[in-house]
Amino acid sequence: MSATGYVAVAAQVAVVAGGAPLLTGWMRQVRARLEGRAGAGVVQPWRDARKLLRKEPVSPTGTGPAFRLAPLLLVAGTAVVAALVPLAATRTPVSGSADLILVVALLALGTVALALAGLDTGTAFGGMGASREMTIAALVEPTILLAVFAVSIPAGSTNLPAIVAGTIDHPARTASPAELLAVAALVVAVLAETGRIPVDNPATHLELTMVHEAMVLEYAGPDLALVELGSQMRLAVLLGLVATLAAPWGVATGGSPALLALALALLVAKVAVLGTALAAAEVFRAKVRLFKVPELLAGSFVLALLAVVGSYFLTGEAGR
Amino acid sequence: MNAVGPALAAVGGLAVAGALAGGLAPARVRPLAAGLCTAGLGAAGVVAGAAALGGARYGVWLPGLLPLAGVRLAVDPLSGLFMAVTGAVTVAVAVYGVGYASPGGGMHGGRGPGDEDAAGSAGGRHAGSDAHEPRDALAAGGGDHGVRSRGAQAVGPVFAGAMVLVPAAGSVSTFLLLWELMALASLLLVLAEHRERPTVRSAGLWYAVMTHLGLVLLLVGLALFAARAGGESFAALRAGAGGMPAGVRGTVFVMTALAFTSKAGLAPLHAWLPRAHPEAPSHVSALMSAAMVNLGVYGLLRVGFDLLGGGPAWWWLLLMGAGALSAVYGILQAAMASDLKRLLAYSTSENLGLVVLGTGAAGLFRAAGDRPLAALALAAALLHVVNHAAFKALLFCAAGSVLRATGLRDLDRLGGLRARMPVTAGLFALGALGAVALPPGNGFVSEWLLLQALVHGLAVPGAAAAVVLPVAVAVIALSAGLAAAVFVKALGVGFFARPRSAGAGRAVESPPAMLAGMALLAACCAALALVPGALGPALTRAVRAAGVGTEKPLADGELGVHLAHTSAALHPLWVALALVAGTAAVAGLARLPARRRARRRDARLWDCGGGAPTARMAYTATSFAEPLQRVFDDVLAPEQDVDVTPVRESAYLVERVRFQRLVPDRIEHRLYRPLLAAVSGLADRARGLGGGSVHLYLGYGLFGLVAVLAALVVGW
Amino acid sequence: MGGLLRKIRGTGRVAEAAPPRPEADPLPAARELGGSVQVRCVDAGSCNGCEIEIGNAFGPVYDAERYGVRLVASPRHADVALVTGPVTRNMAEPLRRTVAAMPQPAIVVAVGDCALDCGEFAGGYGVEGSVVDMVSVDVSVPGCPPEPAAIVTALRTLTGR
Repeated sequence: MSATGYVAVAAQVAVVAGGAPLLTGWMRQVRARLEGRAGAGVVQPWRDARKLLRKEPVSPTGTGPAFRLAPLLLVAGTAVVAALVPLAATRTPVSGSADLILVVALLALGTVALALAGLDTGTAFGGMGASREMTIAALVEPTILLAVFAVSIPAGSTNLPAIVAGTIDHPARTASPAELLAVAALVVAVLAETGRIPVDNPATHLELTMVHEAMVLEYAGPDLALVELGSQMRLAVLLGLVATLAAPWGVATGGSPALLALALALLVAKVAVLGTALAAAEVFRAKVRLFKVPELLAGSFVLALLAVVGSYFLTGEAGR
Repeated sequence: MNAVGPALAAVGGLAVAGALAGGLAPARVRPLAAGLCTAGLGAAGVVAGAAALGGARYGVWLPGLLPLAGVRLAVDPLSGLFMAVTGAVTVAVAVYGVGYASPGGGMHGGRGPGDEDAAGSAGGRHAGSDAHEPRDALAAGGGDHGVRSRGAQAVGPVFAGAMVLVPAAGSVSTFLLLWELMALASLLLVLAEHRERPTVRSAGLWYAVMTHLGLVLLLVGLALFAARAGGESFAALRAGAGGMPAGVRGTVFVMTALAFTSKAGLAPLHAWLPRAHPEAPSHVSALMSAAMVNLGVYGLLRVGFDLLGGGPAWWWLLLMGAGALSAVYGILQAAMASDLKRLLAYSTSENLGLVVLGTGAAGLFRAAGDRPLAALALAAALLHVVNHAAFKALLFCAAGSVLRATGLRDLDRLGGLRARMPVTAGLFALGALGAVALPPGNGFVSEWLLLQALVHGLAVPGAAAAVVLPVAVAVIALSAGLAAAVFVKALGVGFFARPRSAGAGRAVESPPAMLAGMALLAACCAALALVPGALGPALTRAVRAAGVGTEKPLADGELGVHLAHTSAALHPLWVALALVAGTAAVAGLARLPARRRARRRDARLWDCGGGAPTARMAYTATSFAEPLQRVFDDVLAPEQDVDVTPVRESAYLVERVRFQRLVPDRIEHRLYRPLLAAVSGLADRARGLGGGSVHLYLGYGLFGLVAVLAALVVGW
Repeated sequence: MGGLLRKIRGTGRVAEAAPPRPEADPLPAARELGGSVQVRCVDAGSCNGCEIEIGNAFGPVYDAERYGVRLVASPRHADVALVTGPVTRNMAEPLRRTVAAMPQPAIVVAVGDCALDCGEFAGGYGVEGSVVDMVSVDVSVPGCPPEPAAIVTALRTLTGR
């Protein structure tokens, strides 16, 4: 299993890193078509990244190591998450460490790094973006950890491969009310974490409404390419996580290479479906005001709390 | 023969020697002599603690040392853990303190650490007011008062020695004696800079009153316990606790828990902490925040688990409630604070809240009969005590360096220190990484363990668990999320970007002794973050000594953390290596597409085409916290005041707008103010009793005597 | 939501069929971009006629985005500065700074007659000069205002698509 395990980890990272820009391109394309446009094509984010990587790097006056390191750390942290989450295979060399809480914390590390970079520029927009991003990140945390709590109850562990393998063995779990509530709460948290509508508008040009974009206004060239790649990978990996938790079928629990290939293909299909749904939903929704976001997150927090309590009374009592 | 006895003797001896050195040595060598003694006693404390953690038990009765009860010492692994932590913090802070008290300071013109204006520390924060410069206070360089004074230098070693020895106490009288010695010594140290700032005196008063109310509670509680148990040594208490009625046990627990949680800085008894910690000299703040508050937790564990032998679920639910309240309230107040040291003090309230939350969970699991899980929860709480001590001492020391170099602790006026004090900024960043509970920091490991204990706790029978545990998880998550915002603010606003005042612009790096002390703490943080598994056996012994569980909570012989009875595991070293390797790989791969090696160009900040952005346009700590303040408006209830002055000619033309916002400590407002008003009203009325007539007073004496005699005749 | 869905189905595709790729040789600097152009608009003092046409060029009918062009919020993100209007005194320095803030290779496109020779506003007391006088212009789009198709064509010579 070990050889396939290593291949599986490498394949997960490669698929997330290579596929994330395509996912963004695909979502923009879906949106464009629904808006009656032709769209720039699915590979456009890769063209953007290639161009940005070739451009000249710029260090604005007064910025320091935090500004330079943040994009690298953002991408590296997300890549580590992509290696840990059992997107394609549950039995990998890292499956012992693939803890859901660790995954959440590693993603938060990227947010913190970027917020510090925003403050490091010392511009009004950088600070504004950092302040808003950290506010949202702080409020998302309870929801996301409670949802984690809820999905980990049936498996009795926060170890992701154990959760996924358990769900594959007991398919009825995915249809349990607690699991559905938890996934719903997780989806809202994912929208907030990745800065999608209705929490943030990734396509905005208006500085005063920006959250994520305001932090990165000073980045240019290769640094900007990494920041964009990092956000795209984050979206891909979180959608992959939701897909893997809600519909784990196809994730390879054995060691056969053919199963792994099938699992990767299914992963791409599942994430593409989720991406399509998300892009389509964004056409129908507008960004909410910044101070309405806590209400949204409070709603999702209640869902997660119901999921945990429900899970206790449904599976916990029944299992005893 | 084990090493605990000689090491404890060394602690006592060095404390006395340090006090003498601090009191008698000439001013030039005073900080060095006292600092060396303090560092030595800290090292002895580490030796004693490590020996005790290794399994050595030690007990001694010295009847000649004190009249009546004598001094009784008893050391087990639980005491060992707290002694080792206190000792380690003491060593590093003593080294730091030598530099902190050295003359000069980073500022021109011999400004001392005391020189910072009171506006930023007056309990609230101000927004939008003009950025006035710190006034040139009298330099603390004279050596007659402040941290370099004879008194402060003599009391420092006593404080450290008392803290190291408190966990070694083996009887009620010895414990109370050392406890009070520690409290009095810390009070004197808090007051060290009372001539520089009037706020110090008010902080000292609050601290003195609250710590002594705590002492009274502790005294009554433990005296009741000792009277019922028929002996005052801990062994006698332990033996007698089983036979006591539930009501007495509950009373003892509640009274001591109130005192101990107040010492630990838990809401709602925290009011002294955000006053005293910021106003104390910074190395004293570090000792108080990283070592002294832990002893409150030690007291809870010693009395609650060991001496009383555990109790019913409601004890522990009470503790969990207090822990959850202070975790969220502490970090919310920290998020609003723009005074760096006040922010760190409230963060202490938060972290100790998490520790007590874990302790409460351990008691709850123990009461429900799940010993392995209780052991896990307690191990998590103890590990968090260790982690918090490491990073909080580092953070307070770094804040002290900033204060010494700039004369400022108001984040709104700091900034740009990354370029001027790069080592301090890097060390602060390391401490902040520990405090935000994100990998690869050390705080993450213990919070992860705590979450694991709570997540697995749902298997515990009882509907209370099903409601309390999810809420506890949410509380930890919210406090972790807010802590991230808090320390992004502290680091990003305080150290990054450009200086927002002349004081921050003139900062220079701290002297080597201070950097060395901080580097020691940073090394501790790094070791705890990367190989927490090394502490596994020690934690197991401490948990066993507390009488919570006999099973190992953590598997032995691992670098990472592996829960002994579930599949959960965390390997921080590998995570850190993966992050470093990933960062290097991304940096390498990102260079590949470039056709030629493009040089990194320095460019002016994007200013939207207008003039270069000034430091006043940068986000301040106040503006950074504004969205959070609005979200938690109902909880924080800020007081806002807009004052518009029109010009003389017309009411419609505005000459000046003054805006002021204060975020008061709401618990203090709602709980303490009415209480203080009532006490003060009662005192006013009581004044009428003292008319000045001797006959009246003789009459009072007669009536008092008759009342006592009557009570004796009727009652007994 | 149902109404919007019906509207989407009823409207279908609005974007007109793409005209053939422009013949003109792409600039050497544009060849580096490889089919991706990020644009920062600078209104240096225009009457906003050109802005309306630029808005149309990026609207669904002309859909400039399909050729790999995207509007961005910061010159640091941009490859192209799309400048309109005669340059007023207050906008001369901001214009220069915007161009200087862009990472190399950077391209300046002057849109509209005013940008080329101050048009109607030539000699006005608030006008400093044309865009050509302030910064080095790589591509010009004449017209008062230029048609969206002309703007799209100019941008297509940069993306090469």
